[in-house]
Amino acid sequence: MAKSASTGVSPATAKTERLLNLVIALLHTRQPLSKAKLRQAVPDYAQGSVEAFERMFERDKDELRALGIPLRTEPIDAFFDDEPGYRIDQREYALPEIDFAPDELAVLGLAARAWSQASLAGPAAQALRKLDAAGVVRDESSVAGIEPLLHTPDPAFEPVRDAVLTRTPITFDYRGGSGDLAHRRVQPWGLTSWHGRWYLTAHDLDRDAPRVFRLDRVVGAPKRSGRPGEYAVPSDLDTVAMIRRSTGDEPPATTAARLLLRDGAAASLRRRGTPLPGEEAPEGWTALELPTGSLPRLAREVCAAGADVRVLAPPELGSLVAERLRAVAAAHGGGEA
Amino acid sequence: MATYESATSRVSRMLTMVPWLVHRQGIDLATAAAELGVSESQVVEDLQVLFLCGLPGHYPDDLIEASWEGGRVFVGNADTIARPLRLGRDEALALIVALRALAATPGLAEREAIDRALAKLEGAAGDSAEGAGQVRVDLDQPVDDELAARVRTGLSEQRRLHLRYTSASRDETTERDVDPLRVLSVDGRWYLEGWCHRAADLRLFRLDRIESVEVLDQAATPPDELPERPVGSGVYRPDPHDQSVVLDLAPGSAWVAEQIPAEEVSPRDDGSVRMTLRVADPHWLVRLVLREGGGVRVVEPAAMVDEVREAAAAGLAGNPAEGADR
Repeated sequence: MAKSASTGVSPATAKTERLLNLVIALLHTRQPLSKAKLRQAVPDYAQGSVEAFERMFERDKDELRALGIPLRTEPIDAFFDDEPGYRIDQREYALPEIDFAPDELAVLGLAARAWSQASLAGPAAQALRKLDAAGVVRDESSVAGIEPLLHTPDPAFEPVRDAVLTRTPITFDYRGGSGDLAHRRVQPWGLTSWHGRWYLTAHDLDRDAPRVFRLDRVVGAPKRSGRPGEYAVPSDLDTVAMIRRSTGDEPPATTAARLLLRDGAAASLRRRGTPLPGEEAPEGWTALELPTGSLPRLAREVCAAGADVRVLAPPELGSLVAERLRAVAAAHGGGEA
Repeated sequence: MATYESATSRVSRMLTMVPWLVHRQGIDLATAAAELGVSESQVVEDLQVLFLCGLPGHYPDDLIEASWEGGRVFVGNADTIARPLRLGRDEALALIVALRALAATPGLAEREAIDRALAKLEGAAGDSAEGAGQVRVDLDQPVDDELAARVRTGLSEQRRLHLRYTSASRDETTERDVDPLRVLSVDGRWYLEGWCHRAADLRLFRLDRIESVEVLDQAATPPDELPERPVGSGVYRPDPHDQSVVLDLAPGSAWVAEQIPAEEVSPRDDGSVRMTLRVADPHWLVRLVLREGGGVRVVEPAAMVDEVREAAAAGLAGNPAEGADR
């Protein structure tokens, strides 16, 4: 006789068993199964009233679909479509057979491990188990000692990722660079990790223009404010270029500065410059030429080097450096007046 | 499991577990649990549910066979669910995003294997891969492919490396022998972690600050017992023995409090920030204050205030900018 199921187990376990039995029955059948057949096929369904079964089945069906299981509703008889039947097509359900080579599995493993301390750790590990179901031996030698580690410390990561993937408008409170808090309404385009920070690129609905937001400056939880898929993402979107522009990343070199560097110091300026043999330099100093796209940015670096760098040209750079150093001296009780 | 697992997530997990176990008949229970990321008792509970499941009719021949006698796991008669479910959206996303990031890192990873794996994965993921292009991780580029490749050679052949390295804090270039242990990317930046013979300690070297690298004939011989060094978010770790320094940050320099680990940060209404931090290297702090051009003010200790003032005066002596804005 059939084993009697679900006696003396917790409701959650009984439900797990019921859902598994339902999946197996629907995968096994070639013809769509009527509700009456399903009630016979799954022990848990046979126990209560017909109404209780119907309610339970409706819920189960939705939950399986939410897991990504392609549960189909089809007419049982092509000529009389008055009663729906249900089945799962094995070809739609199953991950296609893929032969991964040992070195391919190794890089997939590396990709999965990259998330091990971040928000997608669970899905990444689960994906790897699916791809590696057949148990191919991995050849880890090609990736030995390489460890990319991604972090997702921002609470806004999950809701923003969801909004980006489903193209759903959201609203959130955002703290700007000067510390002010503002309410923003956006159509999310992309989520990008750049220099270790997560950025949302989006169309700002109030400003009617593209904007870049740092996830660590989103205050509280973003809220959905529209339906999934209600806008399109520009096909030529280059999120990294947008972020670079918004952070004022080094623009292309347009001018050249000439500097004197004390020997052995200011290594990071030295490596970007080319020595100027023609230029006269005091003993223990080297003259070099350095391309730059932004004099204020270069002035900051020259200031950091203090007495180890002197500006030869252009004079604007010299003024910027002197002005900044004078401000530092004044802030620390210096005698400049 | 320590955390609550709903019946549906358990079903999802078990539908992945069954194909995995079917291909590993007789696997040791402890190994299976570790690789599946659950406890041994959870695996046993899952198997107990499994053998109550099966084809309609539920006669003994219809049911899944599951056993764990003697600590060895067997699963049989499970043909209908012997293939894993297709990749879900987040599953495809996680792998595709990380693979694309690695593919864009020349010299470090096995480019060709990544491209092959990506193509197969995208093919198998189908619709689930849609949207993966909207999420992107941009890892820093090691400056030089050839340099990165030499670091990798040192790693895979376990040979000592000779580095010319420019430290960020002191802005000095030094030469040192390093036994490479691993190359890791933390928050987008690539580092070589290795045993530094000059410091006789574990050190992290930013790949883009390595000027040159030479693979030596000597074998790498890092100590067997290495100091514990967890790499979490951020590489810099303040030491409680270091000097405590108080800074006032003008609104335009408030980013300093976000970028540098602090002991205490108190923002004020006008957008300025007071911050207390531990400083191992005074030279580093002086450079920071000079760079910010008055936006960062040292409040205490007094000796550090003096040091900054003198450094600014020395810089001005070399850059007086005659006739400028005065």
